Amino acid sequence: MKGPDHVFDDRSPGVEEYEPTASYWSYTAGVGLAILATIASFIVSQTHLLWPPGIPVGLVVLAFAQIGVHLVFFLHLGSGSDNTNNILALAFGVLVVALVIGGSIWIIANLNENTMHLNEMTQMHG
Amino acid sequence: MTTETLDRIATAVPTELARGRGGGGPASKRVVVAYGFWIFILSDIIMFSALFAAYAVLAGNTAGGPTGRELFNLHKVFIETLCLLLSSYTCGLGALSAERRQPARFLFFAALTFVLGAAFVVIEATEFAGMVEQGAGPTRSAFLSSFFTLVGTHGAHVTCGLLWLVYLTAQVMVKGLTAPVLRRLLCWSLFWHALDIVWIGVMTLVYLMGVG
Repeated sequence: MKGPDHVFDDRSPGVEEYEPTASYWSYTAGVGLAILATIASFIVSQTHLLWPPGIPVGLVVLAFAQIGVHLVFFLHLGSGSDNTNNILALAFGVLVVALVIGGSIWIIANLNENTMHLNEMTQMHG
Repeated sequence: MTTETLDRIATAVPTELARGRGGGGPASKRVVVAYGFWIFILSDIIMFSALFAAYAVLAGNTAGGPTGRELFNLHKVFIETLCLLLSSYTCGLGALSAERRQPARFLFFAALTFVLGAAFVVIEATEFAGMVEQGAGPTRSAFLSSFFTLVGTHGAHVTCGLLWLVYLTAQVMVKGLTAPVLRRLLCWSLFWHALDIVWIGVMTLVYLMGVG
């Protein structure tokens, strides 16, 4: 070690500190891709371009793609080593969101299946 | 190749110099503030995930009332989406101008962001008012209760973001682009971008899947 002449800061989320000239382009590229993804979502939902039962899957894929574009181009969450803490916090957030949404839908669908419908119940008593 | 060089290639930054890994002393205030706000945003998104889950569970329970297919107007939703997306873009450009200490440019982009965000809120408010008028208010069915809660919470966040922007713009005009003002602007821009990300979920789950 020759001794530290420069300390590498952690990166704040939302800032691209090391590429000052690339940033206007980063936002412009991001907004272009996001608009494309939005238009694609509307087209997929309104036409039969996709096999109809697959439309919800296609919409979810496009939504995730657009969220990815926003994270990379607007929030500048890249894979750089200075971004580790931000990415780890995000990963934990995604885990909790997946548990809450996936878990709720799973449990309620299960309950729905095992619950007697109202008319069946009246038939049994009547 | 020793383990040490391998490690160095993988990380690019020597561990003893990277503040995020305990070397080089505490991180700057700017990094700490932004990281704390990032944690807040993630917790806010977790709150939204509960509302999304409630909507996903209740969307079919219309109690004989109007369904999403009858109520939603996708043209309006598309315009809303574009407003919010472009306001995220101008917000990014405004934050960048602020970083580069260009106050006039910042004020221009802040005004654009405000107009686009306000257009979004106005379109959403007229949509809500129209629905209540045709008897499809939040009390009509479980579907509509969860719809108004989810979309209304997002709209309330956008409205708060607009008020916050006005407050920060006043600070920039009075105090100039000082370090504390820049930290606040950074938090606000994170908040604004996060609302756009939540809107992608609303647009996809509520509107596009509700109509299609």
